[in-house]
Amino acid sequence: MEKTEFKTKLRRITKAGFFNFWRSGYVSFASILVMVITLSVIGSVIFVSAVLNTTMQELRNKVDINVYFITTAAENDILSLKTKIEALPEVKMVEYTSREKALENFRLLHENDQITLQALEELGDNPLGGSLNIKAKEPSQYEGIANFLNEENILSNEGNKIIDKINYFENRTAIDKLSRIIDSAERLGLAISLALVLVSIIITFNTIRLAIYISREEISVMQLVGASRNYIKGPFVVTGVIVGLISGLITMLLFFPISYWLGSTTQNFFIGFNIFDYYLGNFFEILFIVIGSGIIIGALSSFLAVRKYLKL
Amino acid sequence: MSIIFDNVSKKYSDNCVALDKVCFVVKPNEFVSIVGPSGAGKTTLLKMLLAEEKPTEGKIMLHDIDINFLSSKDMNFVRRKIGAVFQDFRLLPQKNVYENIAFAMEAAGRPDEEIESDVPHVLELVDLGNKIWNFPHELSGGEKQRVAIARAIVNQPDIIIADEPTGNLDPINTYDIVQIFKKINDLGTTVVLTTHNKGVIDSIGRRVITMQEGKVIRDDKTGKYIL
Repeated sequence: MEKTEFKTKLRRITKAGFFNFWRSGYVSFASILVMVITLSVIGSVIFVSAVLNTTMQELRNKVDINVYFITTAAENDILSLKTKIEALPEVKMVEYTSREKALENFRLLHENDQITLQALEELGDNPLGGSLNIKAKEPSQYEGIANFLNEENILSNEGNKIIDKINYFENRTAIDKLSRIIDSAERLGLAISLALVLVSIIITFNTIRLAIYISREEISVMQLVGASRNYIKGPFVVTGVIVGLISGLITMLLFFPISYWLGSTTQNFFIGFNIFDYYLGNFFEILFIVIGSGIIIGALSSFLAVRKYLKL
Repeated sequence: MSIIFDNVSKKYSDNCVALDKVCFVVKPNEFVSIVGPSGAGKTTLLKMLLAEEKPTEGKIMLHDIDINFLSSKDMNFVRRKIGAVFQDFRLLPQKNVYENIAFAMEAAGRPDEEIESDVPHVLELVDLGNKIWNFPHELSGGEKQRVAIARAIVNQPDIIIADEPTGNLDPINTYDIVQIFKKINDLGTTVVLTTHNKGVIDSIGRRVITMQEGKVIRDDKTGKYIL
């Protein structure tokens, strides 16, 4: 018996898979429809996680600790404390605002408020102290930083107290709550996404299985004619890949108008995140994930479904 | 290639015995008809030849190979040496006539040039040269059965087995199909055919094995349909 080359076999299998897809038009259409829904869910998960991430990032940036110093605190002391804080591993950034700068900011803020400005004039001296604005890498690390500052409180060159107040202890409840919300939102988001993806994959798998169930007689005939298992499986897997590929392309096309339409809405709702910009900016990445998932789901479900009917 | 059924039994359960200690030998190039009423075990017998069913006891030998000890891969090679024809034709509905026959050749790993030259040739042999691009649902019963026969013989098998090949056909088509089987047998292929059509048996005039309730009850060299 002559052995055909691998290349010939592959060509025959691909051709048969394509014909299979084309000739069972209605069934292929139904499979594509369901697959598009699955891939949309997967795509939406990408978008939602991007929205969540950006929003979290923004929220995180808004959390900080302000350390206010008494007006008599020497700038040197403050700056040496700043260097010490910067050396902490959990600190991302420390910003120093001098007394003069604080006064300037205050004036700017109350530009149109003559009474306040007048009161300030009457005081003569600058009533504001310098301050340090500290940002941590993670919201949960603020506690540690605040405790560190509490312990360092005593220090100054002459042994005087230089820190007036740390606003962390006032904001602490709010900050704690926020870090918990951020944490659980991420975990919940992940769980929901996984569940949705899983459910839609199962639905797609079943649709493809039904499509192949229709061909179960054919599969047994192919076996009786003496076709090898792989030669029977091949075309079905190719059909699955075609379904995945087309569904992936359709899904990506659908995302264009949807994200465009949602773009301005999301920008207002989620602090500066425009879903349409994200779609354009990460087009190839999303394309790769969506089409890749389509092909994998299509091929794998076909492979598993045919195997069930290869009884001989 | 000779076929040997050696004490073959098939029991689905204690009170459902499909075959009961069946023994016979089919020599190369013989034309054997297996007759008997429904439920006599004819189809089970043929299914076992293709290893669609496994015997509960006994063994089935093709030449000197016990087919129940073959791996599924080796069984594929054996199936390519056996052409099968069924009462319900079993064509691939999504493929046209050409592709149905080409599929059997592709499965056997034959090169493209051979497929392109052999398929039209074998269709001429069963007198279907003009229906080469039609799909099965566009053909009559007799035409479908001729496609099935073409598919069965295209790989030049040693044995053709036919399970009630004329069961769904009118008398004229039945006559034509029987003539095709005779021609195939004359060209040197063993034919094993089951039927309960008396006319078919009488017109073939070769060896007849008669079965009843899973047992072989008669084996006539040039048989007639007697029950």
